[in-house]
Amino acid sequence: MTPVELEALSLSLQVAALATLASLPFAIAIAYALARGRFPGRALADAVVHMPLVLPPVVVGYFLLLLFGTRGPIGHWLDSVLGIRLIFTMKGAALASAVMSFPLMVRAIRLALDAVDPGLEEAASTLGARPLDTFRSVTLPLMLPGILSGAVVAFAASLGEFGATITFVSNIEGETRTLPLAIFTATQSPGGEAIAGRLVLIAFALAIAMLMLSEALARRVARAIGR
Amino acid sequence: MSGAPRLDVAVRRKLGTFDLDVAFTSGGGATALFGPSGAGKSSVANAIAGILSPDDGHVRLDGASLFDRARGVDVPVHARAVGYVFQDARLFPHLTVAKNLRFGLVRARDRPQYAAFDDVVDLLALRPLLDRRPRGLSGGERQRVALGRALLGQPRLLILDEPLASLDAGHRGEILPYLTGLRDAYAIPMVYVSHTIDEVVRLATHVVLLAQGRVVATGPVHEIFSRADLRAHTGRRFEASSIVDATVVAHRPDWQLTDVALGASTLSVPAVDAPPGTRLRLRIRAREVALAHSEPKDSSIGGRLPGRIAEIVEREGPYAEVRVDVGGASVWALVTRHSVGRLALAVDMPIWCLIKTVALDNRLVGPLPPA
Repeated sequence: MTPVELEALSLSLQVAALATLASLPFAIAIAYALARGRFPGRALADAVVHMPLVLPPVVVGYFLLLLFGTRGPIGHWLDSVLGIRLIFTMKGAALASAVMSFPLMVRAIRLALDAVDPGLEEAASTLGARPLDTFRSVTLPLMLPGILSGAVVAFAASLGEFGATITFVSNIEGETRTLPLAIFTATQSPGGEAIAGRLVLIAFALAIAMLMLSEALARRVARAIGR
Repeated sequence: MSGAPRLDVAVRRKLGTFDLDVAFTSGGGATALFGPSGAGKSSVANAIAGILSPDDGHVRLDGASLFDRARGVDVPVHARAVGYVFQDARLFPHLTVAKNLRFGLVRARDRPQYAAFDDVVDLLALRPLLDRRPRGLSGGERQRVALGRALLGQPRLLILDEPLASLDAGHRGEILPYLTGLRDAYAIPMVYVSHTIDEVVRLATHVVLLAQGRVVATGPVHEIFSRADLRAHTGRRFEASSIVDATVVAHRPDWQLTDVALGASTLSVPAVDAPPGTRLRLRIRAREVALAHSEPKDSSIGGRLPGRIAEIVEREGPYAEVRVDVGGASVWALVTRHSVGRLALAVDMPIWCLIKTVALDNRLVGPLPPA
């Protein structure tokens, strides 16, 4: 692989990994609230979480610019208080990927949560486990297959994220130019077809490796929780 | 029963069209909540454990309030120290048997420990299962693990909600001795939810009889199940039976029989593994008892008890139930009304109760629950 290809690949993996890991705790919390919570506005919260699935990615990118740009309410606060700048950076690319793949992750985790027998949680509480203890020692381990598949789906979706990323953080080599953006760039430049072709092959290999890895992981987790 | 009750329950709750209003107390030992499905047994058990919150009432255990609507007390489930054995075991599938057993144990570190891990494992014969996962266990094994797990949580009260209902008859017989062993090894109050007379008779000291969300009667097991006026609740015609307590007198190993004293008479039952002097509880089905004016010494019937007729109750169809006082104990006989007339049976008349020894199998004879 050429240094450019290597860079695009490694950047893609970093962005996807960061997006997946950073959104996982939020996805678990929100899936739990949506599945088990009884609060006003739950239907609205459900709709908001699913927005990125139905909106054009460019629109999501536009909203991210409004909110997380240096003059946006959240972006300004992050920049001035924490010194974190998201716009035009790799972290911003991860945010765009995370938001776009968030509904997929929440859905997978929620399905897993629905499959956990509440009777087991009742049993845990009669054995002296407080609610948080019950969640950590019974609910969470039993949700593990769903959490894993949610993470895999989100990771894969992040690898392919294009519209929101290019709108929010632009297309900066070495910073925000992930594999899809690199392929797009190559197709836009004269004589770039060969470069694009090689990048597409890399994307293929990556996808197949991902599928095999997730299968192996899923088998191990299923064994670990006694299914 | 002495002094203040250990368990004091009053539960009122409306669940749709079902209206639950149940109150009872227990002095310790095993209390059975007995009644048909839909009577509200499990709801009462859940209210005691804190899984279900009543609209009104109270739950007190050894003087402490676990729930009291009027005083705004509602101790959360995890802080009640009420152990619960569920009908469907509810073992944690991701943990080994050993880790399931220790789940409650490690969370009860700040309470007095009366049940030790090794003792419970041996009592319930769980040693060979410790490294296995719940998935591979049989139904009976699962319930044994659930029993041990609940007990190791060092509960102040143990609720058993139809723990044998999901097992087939063979496995039921296999688990019962473990339940009685556990009850005798640890002096912990138990609430036993069941709709099976055999289990209640073997396990419980007291019965709270429930029907349609109300208490029909409460009292000692042998009293409740012997009362003719409760027959509609304690069993259909052919389930009607007497619960009597007897004492082991002698063994006859060559015949595999045990002689027991029942009131002033002696009765043979299939061999029981208990030393002379042991108190036993017998359930004698009324339909297995015949009546005669004289002792039929030339018949094969092994149980021949002289007594006096105390009561004759006409039943629907061709049947009548006759209660015979055999030196302090009551034995019911189910006969036809035709027989009552033919033998000219009347109250206060001397009579012989005839019971086939083969009718007293080991499911109907067991150790007496401690008072």
